[in-house]
Amino acid sequence: MTNTLHRAGDSESFRDDFIVFAIPSKNKNDTDAVPKLRRFLEIALEYKPVNLGDARHGGALRSSKNLSPISHWKRDMEPDFQAVIHGVTFPTTCAAVFDNLEAAEQFVKRIKEEDLGMSVNVSTSIEGAKRCCEFACIERHSVGYSLGFEGKTEEMPGSQVAMLSTMCGHGMISHSLAKKMIDFVKENRRTPEQAVTYLSRFCSCGIFNPSRAKRILEDARSNTK
Amino acid sequence: MKINPDKCVACGNCTYVCPMGAIYIDPVRKRAAINSDECVECYACYNGLSQEHLNPIMVRTMRRIFSALRLRFEPEPDVCPTAAFEPDEIAWPRLVRRAFSDPSVPHESTGVAGRGTEEVKTNDVTGRVKMGEVGFTIEFGRPGVGVRFRDIQQMCWALAKANVSFEKKNPVTSLMTDVSTGTLREDILNEKVLSAIVEIKVPIERTEEVIRLVWEIEKQIDTVIALGVATRCDDQGEETVLAPILERLGYDLQRAKTNIGLGRINQQPGKESSQEAVGV
Repeated sequence: MTNTLHRAGDSESFRDDFIVFAIPSKNKNDTDAVPKLRRFLEIALEYKPVNLGDARHGGALRSSKNLSPISHWKRDMEPDFQAVIHGVTFPTTCAAVFDNLEAAEQFVKRIKEEDLGMSVNVSTSIEGAKRCCEFACIERHSVGYSLGFEGKTEEMPGSQVAMLSTMCGHGMISHSLAKKMIDFVKENRRTPEQAVTYLSRFCSCGIFNPSRAKRILEDARSNTK
Repeated sequence: MKINPDKCVACGNCTYVCPMGAIYIDPVRKRAAINSDECVECYACYNGLSQEHLNPIMVRTMRRIFSALRLRFEPEPDVCPTAAFEPDEIAWPRLVRRAFSDPSVPHESTGVAGRGTEEVKTNDVTGRVKMGEVGFTIEFGRPGVGVRFRDIQQMCWALAKANVSFEKKNPVTSLMTDVSTGTLREDILNEKVLSAIVEIKVPIERTEEVIRLVWEIEKQIDTVIALGVATRCDDQGEETVLAPILERLGYDLQRAKTNIGLGRINQQPGKESSQEAVGV
């Protein structure tokens, strides 16, 4: 799928957005994939990711089916990375999201050394992925370019809303919720950190980037880009 | 999806979280309602909203009091305070909506998991897109617009007429009654989904022709398209063939997904894994 690929924004706006994901291939290398995927996520944790996720169960912040009313005043806003790692029970795509090039470079280099045997992709600006590969002395195998959004684009929202909502490539973060969170931050009804956690919980595979989202919300508050 | 009217307190939180904007507060019934024709069964409301299990009568009373006092009732914006959303029984052809819209479920209607395939993400293992070839992912409906299959069919017809080959394992291909013409099943044409991906592969020389074809058809259909174009890098890890073609066509390339080539096959040919892989 094209889930991590089509994010609204230019390469400058991806300066804090690096998704590295491992994916087993059905009937090629998926029978022993689960421990390797967990290992992939455990290693990622050493490089301080801003999110981890598996495509089956979600990211490090998830919705709850049994929320206590007290949570309105005292809600756990911290990502649970261990829940993601322990929750991998199927051969699925596992992703680690970083907010700086150095961490992504170091992680890619380490994953190469670890030699898990699964396909690994880097989804970010073209230049960012190149630099990760150069740092790890890797020759890129294949590249998939995003050509952006076309067609009836008049139905698309403004740039800051689109930058937030397209960080869930499955489309689970609605434009309306993204706009509402921008408004909440502008009105000082919620902090950017709080708004980011609300949005994160809707991403069903954990590739939402809370760090980039916080920056976008802060920019939106003072109407800077 | 349905909303239990006995539980709903019309707080309005759900109206914001629906990617299709299909949920609204019915002013007569004073309950949230779903426009079922626009609902794509993505379950963002059910899966994304956290649920409390407060007493609906108590919450409605509190809201009435707060409203009379002109006080703002402000629940957490990602919470349904009374767990009013309830999954509905879905039958064919509506089932196709959920299969293409809810990423948490395998593709029950088509037998394929996810909205697309592994495409170039596992190209180092599968060799799907070879040197000199280009793989296209033409995604309809995302972000936040949705698409009906009759619009997708228009693109499929045009592509088939141009003699391109559709990816066999792709969910949209599996819904074709005639792959040679790109014709989809009649009974799904009016179904709306959050997004769907058509995957094709052509020799790199045909890149411009296919893109111009997409440009022509996208003017005639009622949705947005996200176009992805993938190819192999050379032995030095460079890609110097496709990017210049795209730039010549006016694309300002910003983002890419790069397969860094660490995968390898470790299973015997023909040995099927028992578990269903789910892709991002």
